[in-house]
Amino acid sequence: MARVLGTSIKRREDPALITGRGKYTDDLKAEGMAHAAIVRSPYAHARIRGIDTSGAEALPGVLAVLTARDVAAAGIPGVVPVGWLLPDLKTPAHPMIAADTVRHVGDAVAVVVAADRYLARDAAERVAVDYEPLDAVADVVAALEDDAPAVHEEAPGNVAFDWEIGERESVDAAFASAAHTVELDLRNNRLIPHAIEPRAVLASYDSSTGEMTIHMTSQNPHVHRLLMTLASLGMPEHKVRIVAPEVGGGFGSKIHHYADEAIVGLCSMKLDRPVKWTATRTETNLTDAHGRDHSTRCALALDADGRITGLRVDTAAAMGAYLSTFAPAVPTYLYGTLMSGQYDIPAIHCHVTGVFTHTTPVDAYRGAGRPEATYVVERLMHLAGEATGLGPVEVRRRNFVSPDAFPYQTQVALAYDSGNYGPAMDRALEMIGYDDLRSQQASRRDNGGKQIGIGFSSYIEACGLAPSAVVGSLGAQAGQWESADVRVHPTASVTVYTGSSSHGQGHETTFSQIVADRLGIEPEAVEVIHGDTDLVQFGMGTYGSRSAAVGGSAIARSVDKIIEKGKKIAAHLLEASADDLEYEDGNFRVAGSPDRSLGLGDVALQAYLAHNYPDDLEPGLSATSFYDPANFTYPFGTHVCVVEVDTETGSIELLRYAAVDDVGNVINPMIVDGQLHGGLAQGIGQALWENAVYDDSGQLVSGSLMDYAVPKIHNLIPFELDRTTTPCPHNPLGVKGVGEAGAIASPAAVVNAVVDALSPFGISHIDMPLTPEKVWRAVNS
Amino acid sequence: MTVSIQLEVNGKPVQAAVEPRRLLVHFLREELGLTGANIGCETSLCGACTVLVDGNAVKSCTMLAAQADGASVTTIEGLAQNGELHPLQEGFWEKHGLQCGYCTPGMILSANYLLAQNPSPNDEEIREGLKGNICRCTGYHNIVEAVKYAAERMS
Repeated sequence: MARVLGTSIKRREDPALITGRGKYTDDLKAEGMAHAAIVRSPYAHARIRGIDTSGAEALPGVLAVLTARDVAAAGIPGVVPVGWLLPDLKTPAHPMIAADTVRHVGDAVAVVVAADRYLARDAAERVAVDYEPLDAVADVVAALEDDAPAVHEEAPGNVAFDWEIGERESVDAAFASAAHTVELDLRNNRLIPHAIEPRAVLASYDSSTGEMTIHMTSQNPHVHRLLMTLASLGMPEHKVRIVAPEVGGGFGSKIHHYADEAIVGLCSMKLDRPVKWTATRTETNLTDAHGRDHSTRCALALDADGRITGLRVDTAAAMGAYLSTFAPAVPTYLYGTLMSGQYDIPAIHCHVTGVFTHTTPVDAYRGAGRPEATYVVERLMHLAGEATGLGPVEVRRRNFVSPDAFPYQTQVALAYDSGNYGPAMDRALEMIGYDDLRSQQASRRDNGGKQIGIGFSSYIEACGLAPSAVVGSLGAQAGQWESADVRVHPTASVTVYTGSSSHGQGHETTFSQIVADRLGIEPEAVEVIHGDTDLVQFGMGTYGSRSAAVGGSAIARSVDKIIEKGKKIAAHLLEASADDLEYEDGNFRVAGSPDRSLGLGDVALQAYLAHNYPDDLEPGLSATSFYDPANFTYPFGTHVCVVEVDTETGSIELLRYAAVDDVGNVINPMIVDGQLHGGLAQGIGQALWENAVYDDSGQLVSGSLMDYAVPKIHNLIPFELDRTTTPCPHNPLGVKGVGEAGAIASPAAVVNAVVDALSPFGISHIDMPLTPEKVWRAVNS
Repeated sequence: MTVSIQLEVNGKPVQAAVEPRRLLVHFLREELGLTGANIGCETSLCGACTVLVDGNAVKSCTMLAAQADGASVTTIEGLAQNGELHPLQEGFWEKHGLQCGYCTPGMILSANYLLAQNPSPNDEEIREGLKGNICRCTGYHNIVEAVKYAAERMS
């Protein structure tokens, strides 16, 4: 049969989605369904003196108005927990509904349930909250100042944690003897994920059984069930079913457990009827965990030959008002550990202060720590190219970890399993026509007018989260394996139950390809089930570019177990030894006797009939695996961005974007390219347009799509993609992650390009987003 | 208080009494069960709710159901004819023009309007024509390819 793996099979998900039949959470209805609207704080920091709900309750059709008092009366834990603990981490409680103090604009203070969506909103407007406004601090640096307003009494100085990795002394020594040093103060701008589907939940409690079904926008239904039952609602885990129907994008924002979903669950329990809540875009922007928001001082030391001798990084990372689900891990273990980049760096030290601010909590957003690390390293490499006179290409080449040095132990804990960085750079230069571009740039510089810039980003990332023992030792309160239950039916069609829940990535298509390839059957004979805690065994979900590498590997393991069992059944039927059996193209064959064979269908049927069957074997043909990876996977690549900068107006035009990525073996090239495209759009968006801006009082100024510039189609250009292939050596498929690579690599490539264009003006840095105003000011200062 | 409206939705006559403030998108989704049009914002910027009203691409969160009285509305559910996908639907499937699919119905209907105005747009005209619709997944690269595919099929 035709090759299945590595083939761009069209997605089986699409027919429903292109005809409007796909069902997202807000599309669902339930008998007796009521609608919730959540009353939120308009202040970044205030004391709640009182809440008058009578106006809302007086409206006909209003079913309930709940406040923190009702959470307490319900006798439930009522909090939103953090799932990653660092040493000495301050973990102030995050109540589902604020009781006496609100700590960011959007903090929930009450919820109204009514028969109709419009009525619920009307009633929410009638909840009168008496606030005493308090001083607030929204900026990550200002929050560390001595006189800054405190976000939590439990966290003096607004410090959530103080974390470091690497050796400070060896870095100091490297700087003391450096031939060249470059340094940079930078901001990594705060981003709002903007999945186009706002978060939504439909909770249906049934007091007759004590069971609750929750349909919700989730990247990881089992994780949500665990946190929801354990920390928020105090229900037995087995009495709650969480279903993620079609999920309209996530990018990290639908990993986290939020107060709102738990509040709606409580409403349903209280009213004993289904309750739905769907966030408005404004609510989404105020409550979805934001990304990034770092202030960083960093420096690189190099010897006279341009070889890096030391890297020093000091970052203040905003946590926002509360610690979101995985927030403490993002600027630490997903950031400091990436500081070696693609380079052989003998001394690295990274210090991070986690900072509470009166803002929306910050957590994993596409790339989560790795874009921030790449930005630090690759901006410094650009400056190093200039300082050493080697230029951006040679300074990188000279410092790449050599292909024969793998596995390569970095100075910041990670051990890269594989890599070959030169060829990706070579191919990127070839694609972009580098020499020709440099001559065009030179002639523009001679003639004035719009300037051309060329920017590089040679990134590494660690994804495919992750070895459970490793993340456990680093503070994760969860394992990071993935599960797969593969069932071969009596007619030899297959159903896969995967813990890796999809929200646009096309898992059903790619996972069917994995099974079809390994079993030698058609992909159409494979069904993939995900996103339902009642159907699927516990699974960890989709984030950190882990689904193919961890979830896919779990599926491959299960298929291998099925083949092993099938060999025993076939051996019995063929009166051969199982050791002599081979499996190929859907047939069990006795080695050396091609005429003695049985098809998968024959064996599957016998497995379920069990009439003529080995004594020591159980009937049935299915296998469950919990695959715990041996290491992260380490995708890498070189991206090149070419821009034209109008120095008169400060406006930037993207001219070219070439990306050469090495994500290991590729299951479905079309889907892999699509993942890269999307990541690039978000990374380029961060570099040029996107910014979550808070004013000094803690108001989110860019809280709507009017003000927060998500890239639109006319802002972007076609992307030029190619690949090198260095298979991951430690998983059965040789695959690495791809979902975040584009967002990780691209901000540095874009900023390096703009700074390159402006180097005749003596400009070495502009903070993202590179708005025309900032560029114009830099040129004219 | 309600107002009576009569309109045509996907070729079928519809009569209803609606609250004057009810948005067309809520009417379509919640009263007619046509959940293909999605809601992604409340500022008429994302375009996920785009439908055709008398042939024009309209953001149905920006229009009251009452304003659709007498109009002919086409939603994504009405685009395929006799079980045959519309060339734009085929194009989005063929060229991987969607990932999560949430923006897709609106994107396809905006593209439908674009192709009605300009049957063979170049890349720039496609990007100009679809700038009222936000997609957060695809980076738009394959959406341009999908529309080109459809334009070729339709010519």
